[in-house]
Amino acid sequence: MIVGERKPLEEIRAMLDPYRKILILGCGECVSVCMAGGEKEVGILASQLRMLYKRQGREVEIGEVTLIRQCDREYIEPHLDKIYQADVVLSMACGVGVQFVGEVAGEEVIVLPALNTKFYGVNLEAGMWAERCAGCGDCVLDKTAGICPIARCAKRLLNGPCGGSQGGRCEINPEVECAWQLIHERLKARGQLELLEEIVPAKNWKPSLSGGPRKVIREDLRL
Amino acid sequence: MGNFEPKIVGMFCHYCALAAQDVAGKGRMSFAPNIREVRVLCTGKIDVLHILKAMEDGADGVLIIGCKLGECYFREGNMRAFKRVDYARKLLDEIGIEGERVQMYEVPGPMGKRFADIITEMTEKIKSLGPSPLKKAAQEELMA
Amino acid sequence: MKAGSNLEKILEKGEFAVTGELGPPKGNDIEVIKKKAEHLRGNVDAINVTDNQTAVVRMSSIATCALLVQMGLEPVMQMVTRDRNRIAIQSDIFGATALGIKNMLCLSGDHQIFGNQKEAANVFDIDSIQLIQCVKAMRDEGTLLGGQEKIEGQVRLFIGAAANPFADPFEFRVVRLAKKVKAGVDFIQTQCIYDMDRFKEWMRMVTDRGLHEKVHILAGITPLKSGGMARYMAKNVAGITIPDKIIARMVKAKDAREEGMKICVEQIEELRQIKGVHGIHIMAIEWEEVVPEIVKRAGLLPRPKVSKN
Ligand code: SF4
Ligand code: SF4
Repeated sequence: MIVGERKPLEEIRAMLDPYRKILILGCGECVSVCMAGGEKEVGILASQLRMLYKRQGREVEIGEVTLIRQCDREYIEPHLDKIYQADVVLSMACGVGVQFVGEVAGEEVIVLPALNTKFYGVNLEAGMWAERCAGCGDCVLDKTAGICPIARCAKRLLNGPCGGSQGGRCEINPEVECAWQLIHERLKARGQLELLEEIVPAKNWKPSLSGGPRKVIREDLRL
Repeated sequence: MGNFEPKIVGMFCHYCALAAQDVAGKGRMSFAPNIREVRVLCTGKIDVLHILKAMEDGADGVLIIGCKLGECYFREGNMRAFKRVDYARKLLDEIGIEGERVQMYEVPGPMGKRFADIITEMTEKIKSLGPSPLKKAAQEELMA
Repeated sequence: MKAGSNLEKILEKGEFAVTGELGPPKGNDIEVIKKKAEHLRGNVDAINVTDNQTAVVRMSSIATCALLVQMGLEPVMQMVTRDRNRIAIQSDIFGATALGIKNMLCLSGDHQIFGNQKEAANVFDIDSIQLIQCVKAMRDEGTLLGGQEKIEGQVRLFIGAAANPFADPFEFRVVRLAKKVKAGVDFIQTQCIYDMDRFKEWMRMVTDRGLHEKVHILAGITPLKSGGMARYMAKNVAGITIPDKIIARMVKAKDAREEGMKICVEQIEELRQIKGVHGIHIMAIEWEEVVPEIVKRAGLLPRPKVSKN
């Protein structure tokens, strides 16, 4: 899933300052699952903001809506009325949702981000999420025992652990696992360590963000 | 504000707090009449949003009473509640409402005296903090 | 001759090589470079110039190397892939070789979190092994990385890389070296060695694979200045282990610097006995003036003279 984290209240407050009628727009997909921008988080932020404005003696109207998802036109369109009625939409979706609501609603509608979109990751345990993929566009997991060195090695190395790998930890921080240690262990367990003897040549970064914004087109699915 | 009588929402665990309250009641112990009581099956059911809503809707404080740690009927519901209380306090502090208006206590089973003491303690605490800043804001608005 | 550098000639002749290290200034003060360089002149065969080591911003390695060339000294230009993509790397190699630099050390580089520009974006377009491949293609094929495109002129570089026998997983460390050899590296400088047992164990794996016949290994040493430094390094520097025995010697010593030098000389003695070790690389961090004495006491002076061309 795409993992997000709510921005500090102060930042949200500052960006909402000019507006009197706010629609907080949650998203029912990834950010609901990672408890950053689903219905409940919309409720919490709305309640917090209402109390804040009350304290400040400001008249601000706050609406709450949570869509099935913000990255599909058909889920946004039924709510356009409410969106148009607001001065501003505070989207609690990932950066994709923030942009797409704006795209669908049109340029008059201001959509602001309530979250910092962090990464593509997993729910490791309650209250803990961790990065697993960086969407590099050319997956190498087949060569790395299913552990991603692009997203999980601090240097995106492709030819094994650097000289800073120590006791299974990455040089950047003892809290961070060294991805290459994990790859090594798994290959060893599978009796496939010889895979690491091969030199992996320089990666083609064209399919990644370095190649510019990307698009996927499936002709068979197009209408 | 000398005669300020706080409104406190009490979110009480069915297994301990309410049993304690029963005992206290039967023992005719007296306690401050400031509590609006909500019965929960376990404090683990209490969400951050419930706490915020209570405050938003006019409470001066929220009092949560659960079982002693390690004695939760649902094993760790009360531990979760403690963490949520911490989080709710942080959210309140962020908007300038004293997080300490939300308190959570443990009672070891049906101990009526302890229950009565907690109510008194909480009532005193909120009295010393004064009315919720939300009410003050509203009042100042009226005065202005 | 691949590059015709002094270091290459010495190693090819089978002489025991000595290299030193110079950290460029955190600014553009040439005097700092001159002072450090003079301590090393005549005492080492080539001088490594670090490339923004530990991600602390310093004068560029290329510029510092070019200054050393002007001073009649031989540099080993370190280059990290942390800060440059393959465009900048190859362009810098053109420039460096044009300025008379003949040795290069290919590194990934310490993560920027260690440095003084922690908010920087890192590059890591290629890794150190791919960098070796890149330089080798430029030198031996006369082409750019992954392309047929011919280079104007000739890139002549003696290609080096690092090895850290003290990092984990230990059994991979020799595999990594083998990959560097396969990629085309000519010489290796190791992380500084204090744990002789582990180093010997690694060298045994190296010779078992016959790698010592394909690459010149220079054993890294760093003289300890004080007991405090020994303790600090053991605890805080990633990839370095210092046995308690050495720490104890440093802590107890009346004259810690003297003791540090003694340990160093003993280490050199021991390293020279190890099969496959073709030289030493002395990293006297901010203590360059100690190098002449160590080299002298180790009986490594005068440095061999090789013909200029
Ligand atoms: S290799 Fe690329 S696509 Fe595959 S998991 Fe890693 S970042 Fe994602
Ligand atoms: S320690 Fe491991 S994860 Fe960290 S940069 Fe080095 S190889 Fe990558």
